[in-house]
Amino acid sequence: MKTTTSDMGRNRTGVATSPIDSADITQEAQKHQPSHLGDGSLLLQVRKIYARESEGLGSVPPPTSLKGVAKTAVEALKGSKPTVFIDKLGERLAFERSGTRLYEGALAKFDVYGSWEGGPTREGLEKIYNDELSHFLMLTEALKSLGADPTAMTPSADVTAVVSQGLPLLISDPRANLRQSLEALLVAELTDNACWEMLIELARDLGHDTLADRFQLALDSEGQHLLWVRGWLAAGVSVEARGAPAREERAGTQPRV
Amino acid sequence: MALDILQEKGVPLDKQVFTWKDLVRRPYSKLDDDAFTRVCVIYMNGIMADALRTKHAFARMNRELREPLALIRRLEQYEQTLINWLNPPDQTPLETTLGFEQVAIEVTASVALREPDPYLAQTYRFGLLEDFDHLYRYSALYDRIEGKDPNNITQSYTDIIPGRPTSVEHRHPLDDLRRPYDKRTAHPLTKLHAMSITAAENQTHDYYMTVGPFFSDPVARQLYAEIASIEEQHTSMYESLLDPGESMLEKWLMHEACEVYNFYSCVAFEKNPRIKEIWQRFLDYELGQLHYVKEIFQNVERRDAAEVLPSTLPEPIGFKEHRDFVRKTLNQEEDMASNGQDYVRMADLPRDHRSYIWRDQLNSDGSPSETVAAGYKWIPGTELASRTPRMGSTFEGKKVH
Repeated sequence: MKTTTSDMGRNRTGVATSPIDSADITQEAQKHQPSHLGDGSLLLQVRKIYARESEGLGSVPPPTSLKGVAKTAVEALKGSKPTVFIDKLGERLAFERSGTRLYEGALAKFDVYGSWEGGPTREGLEKIYNDELSHFLMLTEALKSLGADPTAMTPSADVTAVVSQGLPLLISDPRANLRQSLEALLVAELTDNACWEMLIELARDLGHDTLADRFQLALDSEGQHLLWVRGWLAAGVSVEARGAPAREERAGTQPRV
Repeated sequence: MALDILQEKGVPLDKQVFTWKDLVRRPYSKLDDDAFTRVCVIYMNGIMADALRTKHAFARMNRELREPLALIRRLEQYEQTLINWLNPPDQTPLETTLGFEQVAIEVTASVALREPDPYLAQTYRFGLLEDFDHLYRYSALYDRIEGKDPNNITQSYTDIIPGRPTSVEHRHPLDDLRRPYDKRTAHPLTKLHAMSITAAENQTHDYYMTVGPFFSDPVARQLYAEIASIEEQHTSMYESLLDPGESMLEKWLMHEACEVYNFYSCVAFEKNPRIKEIWQRFLDYELGQLHYVKEIFQNVERRDAAEVLPSTLPEPIGFKEHRDFVRKTLNQEEDMASNGQDYVRMADLPRDHRSYIWRDQLNSDGSPSETVAAGYKWIPGTELASRTPRMGSTFEGKKVH
C-alpha cells in the first residue's frame, strides 16, 4: 500500500479523537495532586551528579605505526593535541560510511515509491551515493597517512552515530516512503556540510594544507548534495500539497544547480 | 458464543507451519491503530513468553516429556515471534513501556472484576494500584525527557494519575508471597486468571530488565531499575497464587487452556481485521496443542482431562477501559500493605516491620520514581502546555518570550 505522506485517516493519538473520555481523564488528572513536591528540574540534578562522576565516552586509539608515533610526538612538541584531529577524521569517516548506506536505502525507496516532478532521479541519488563512498575512501587514506587506524570507532564517531540514530531507522523502515526518507537525508546533508567546514578549518589550523585542499573538494560536492536534497524535498512537499499523486516511474528531474 | 474446548479440535500440530515472511508481518500503526490492539499484542507476547519459559522448566525436570515439550515449544516460539514483531519500529522502548503498563492496568482490572475467589481478587486489586502508579511515573519520564504526550499512546482510555506511590511499593520478599488457590476446589477461571497475570508480569519484568540499559538519562535508568524490582515482586506474588500441588502435566494442560482462553479473548475484542485474523489462527493452533497435550495427560495420568478442564470457556477478558473500577479501588485501597500473606492497612504495620526496613534502605539514596514525577500533573499536550498560557497569545502578534 503506497500512500502519499499526509492522507487523512484514523489517527487516534490526539485527545480530539475521543472527546468524552479525554475530558473525563483530564478532569480526573486535575483533581489529583502529585504525590511528591518539586518539579522536572530534579531530573537534571541527578544528571549533574552522574555527570560529575563520569569518565567520558572513550578514547582515541594510539598510532598504529612507528611513523605515526613519530608524527604524534612532533605534533605534541609543537604544542598541539594530534588526537583531536584523528578523532574528528574518524567521525567524518564514520558519517560518510553510514551516509553511503543511507543512499543505498533511498535508492530502494525510489524503486518502490517512484519520484515526482522536481524529485530525485536515480542518477542523482547514485551520484551522491558514489560521492559519499569516495569521501569514505579519502578519509581512510588520510587517517592512514597520519599513522592512525581507520577501522577504529573514535569518540566523535560514536557521538555522531548516537546523534543520528534515527536516520538509518527511518530509511530502512519500509513504511516510510521516498519523500519521508528525504527528511532523513536532509538532516544528514546539513550535518555533513557543517562538519566538513569545521574539519577543513581544523586541518588548516594544524598545518595540514594538502589534506585541507582535498577536503575542500569534498565540501564542494556536499554543498551540491544539500541543494539537491533540499530541492527534491521541497518539490515533494509541494506536489503532495497540491494533491498530485507520486509517479511510479522514474519521472524525477534534477533541480538545476 | 461460548467455545467448547473439548469439542473444538483446532489445527493439528503437523499443519501448524510458518515461513520467515509469515513470521515478520506488517506491524500495527502506532498512530492509527486502537490502543487495545497494542495492549493485546504486548499481552499475548507475554502469554507466549510464559508458555516457553514454563515448558523449558518442565523439560529440565522431566525426561519422559522432553520430546512433546520440544515440539510444542517450537510452535509457540514461532507464535510469539509473529506476535511480538507486530510492534512497530517507530515505537520507542519508552512508548512500548507505556503500553506494558496499560496492559497491566486494564487486563488486571478485567481479571479483578471477574475473579470468583475474593482473596485472589484482592491480590489483583493490590497489584493493579501499583502498576497504575507505574504508568504515571513513566508518563512523567516520557513527558520530561522526550517532550511527548503519554496519552498519544494510551489514547484517553486510562487515567494518568498517581496510584499507590512506587516508592512505598518496595517490600520484604516474604511479604510478596500469597496463599495459593486449591487445585481441587478452585474455579477454572481462577486458575486461568492466575496463570495469565503471572505471565504478563513476568514478561514486564524481563522487558524492563532488557530495555533499561538503553536509556542515557540516569533517572530513566534508575526508574527502570526501580520498577523492574516491583515487577519481580509482582511476579513472585502472582506466581505464588498457583497451587504447587498440581502435577506437571496438569499444569501443562491448564497452560494450553490458558493460551486458548487468551487468544479467544483477543478475537472477541480486536478491531483491526488483519490482526484479528492472527488471533483466530492462533486460537485454532492452541486448540490443536491443547488436544495433543490432553491425550498425553490422559495416557500418563490415567485421568479424564474433563476433571481439570472447563468444558466451555468463561467470558473473554475485557480488553477495554476500566476507569470507574480503578478509581473506586484507588479510593478505597490505596493505603493497603501486606504482612506475610495477609493484607493490612499501611498504618497498621508496625514501624519496625521488615518491609519498612527493606524499603527505607532501598530509598536511602533518593527515590527515582519520586524524582521523575515530582510535581507532575498530566494534561493534554504535555506539562509544557500548562506553562504556555502565562505567555499570552503569540499568535496575535504579542511579544514572544
